[in-house]
Amino acid sequence: MEAVKQIVSKTVVLSNDDIDTDQIIPARFLTTTTKEGLGRNLFADWRYEKDGRERKEFVLNQPASLGATVLVGGNNFGCGSSREHAPWALLDFGIRAVVSTAIADIFRSNSLKNGLVPVIVDAATHRWLLEHPGADVKIDVPSATIEVNGKSVAFPIDRFSRYCLVNGIDQLGYLLEQNAAITRYEQAHA
Amino acid sequence: MAQSLFEKIWASHVVAPETDDTPAVLYVDLHLLHEVTTPQAFDLLRARELPVRRTDKCLATLDHSTPTVPVTTLKDLEVVSEPSAAKQVRQMERNCKDFGIELRGFGSRDRGIVHVMGPELGATQPGATIVCGDSHTSTHGAFGALAFGIGTTEVGHVLATQCLLQRKAKTLEINVDGELPSDVTAKDLILSIIGKIGVDGGTGHVIEYRGSAVRALSMEQRMTICNMSIEAGARAGMVAPDDTTFQYMAGRPLAPQGAKWDAALAKWRKLPSDAGAKFDKQVSIDATKLRPMITFGTNPGMVMAVDGVVPNDTDAAFRKALAYMQIEAGKPLLGTPVDVVFIGSCTNGRLSDIRAAAQVLRGRRVAERVRLLVVPGSHAVKREAEAEGLHEVVRAAGGEWREPGCSMCIGMNGDTVPSGKLSVSTSNRNFEGRQGTGARTILASPATAAAAAIKGAIVDPREFAS
Ligand code: SF4
Repeated sequence: MEAVKQIVSKTVVLSNDDIDTDQIIPARFLTTTTKEGLGRNLFADWRYEKDGRERKEFVLNQPASLGATVLVGGNNFGCGSSREHAPWALLDFGIRAVVSTAIADIFRSNSLKNGLVPVIVDAATHRWLLEHPGADVKIDVPSATIEVNGKSVAFPIDRFSRYCLVNGIDQLGYLLEQNAAITRYEQAHA
Repeated sequence: MAQSLFEKIWASHVVAPETDDTPAVLYVDLHLLHEVTTPQAFDLLRARELPVRRTDKCLATLDHSTPTVPVTTLKDLEVVSEPSAAKQVRQMERNCKDFGIELRGFGSRDRGIVHVMGPELGATQPGATIVCGDSHTSTHGAFGALAFGIGTTEVGHVLATQCLLQRKAKTLEINVDGELPSDVTAKDLILSIIGKIGVDGGTGHVIEYRGSAVRALSMEQRMTICNMSIEAGARAGMVAPDDTTFQYMAGRPLAPQGAKWDAALAKWRKLPSDAGAKFDKQVSIDATKLRPMITFGTNPGMVMAVDGVVPNDTDAAFRKALAYMQIEAGKPLLGTPVDVVFIGSCTNGRLSDIRAAAQVLRGRRVAERVRLLVVPGSHAVKREAEAEGLHEVVRAAGGEWREPGCSMCIGMNGDTVPSGKLSVSTSNRNFEGRQGTGARTILASPATAAAAAIKGAIVDPREFAS
């Protein structure tokens, strides 16, 4: 995992509530055995016509969205299936952070393990972001803040996940270091 | 201090406690594996040259991307399957072989949807921690286990260390008291619950379903309830184990036997939440007021009574959902023509579900316009159903009787609902495109789905009750 400290970008906004992981990456693309190339099919059913042409009206296809790395979504973003293909697809497409009032548990956990920053903000900040697509924001992971409309807003992230993000550490290493404790547990519960 | 069922299981699986700086290290008793969410995890192990720590705690099968037409060998699969799905299945066979994990694959009489197979084999046990790269792992909570879905990176963690890094979830008590009306099924109950608390009502929480109506449910019904906990956003759903649980488990091949069974039973009886156990949130439901339910929108919280009218809301997402569904607010859904009916999945693909559907189908014909697909959740379900002649009932009615798998629940195996068509499905997700690009899905119980197949339209299942 690459270290993530600051993200400075304009936003792209998908204001629907309850955007589920079947929308982020439809199931028919899950027959892959790697993580690569999923970005092409990110939001496939919203992004493309049946014949594969891009839908001009879909926000990610608009020139103004080009290069944006922060996605603002409606409430309860990432609900549904546990597929890690959802954060993989977002990252492969170039998204680095997702902002919402609530982010579903498994999606959030999966995001943190891949360097996609889940940013949960209050309703007022969220409303402003929804109403100002393309706004410039700055996310600072070490201080767990997002700068929106000239104000710095704190977002919740547990210390361990933050440490792993900032240092680009993947959590398996930490777990492997617990080997002695795990062995003791196994012996006690055999 | 009085402890809840969740707290007891949590406490007995902590390898290292959580601190402000670090999450808890939690031990995993059973790791369920399937072909879709594991390939990248095995790659991680290969890249780090790590073995699987406890192959004896893995239970692996093929279910998601496998076709539901007869396939007994890999060679058959190449013929009927899409190349990428066949490649994924081949990869799973190779990964299990390379890492020494037994795979209940093609040719195994145990193969089935992972959440149907685990309980059937007796692998799912009270008090255990159970994980799988699959959000409907919550199903296993029906046995009083702490069971939840994880991502592929975490699948790798569990393979390598048999542990997970976890923050302790909050608890939500859902009390369902009173007797369910005889025509109201477990599916109707869970749809009502999700309608009440919302698709994010359980976020961050583990649900414990309690109350007299829950105690009265069979194991298969409890599995239907716990299965859909994730549709309310919950980490997990659970029901305290009791005699119903133990009777179901006794004698199953992977359940403890003999003296070990007695010892396990003594432990399991101590699991239910203590009187006075505290929950972070509480919800009460009066079972006597419930009715057969269906969904009308594009998430499982958009529910109504089958004979009700579609609610109205000005919210943009609500409008978008109705537009996608081609459904009008303020109108009933009864009489709406139906194109496809799917009976199956880890929610409603067990023997009692197929029996309920067959009861409606028996001696009747599926409407001309409808394609009916009945897909048993596992080979065991298929064998038992066939022993009762239920496959003949389905076929005589004009339905298709298929091989076990996830099938039209997820549509990544050849079984899909065509674009624009309306499906009544006993699965768990009515998301846009879940059953195929452009497919419109109404979730319902097996009885309601079977009734719709006969009528060719949305119909009150009570019309076919006898
Ligand atoms: S039946 Fe559907 S919900 Fe259940 S495991 Fe298979 S794809 Fe997932």
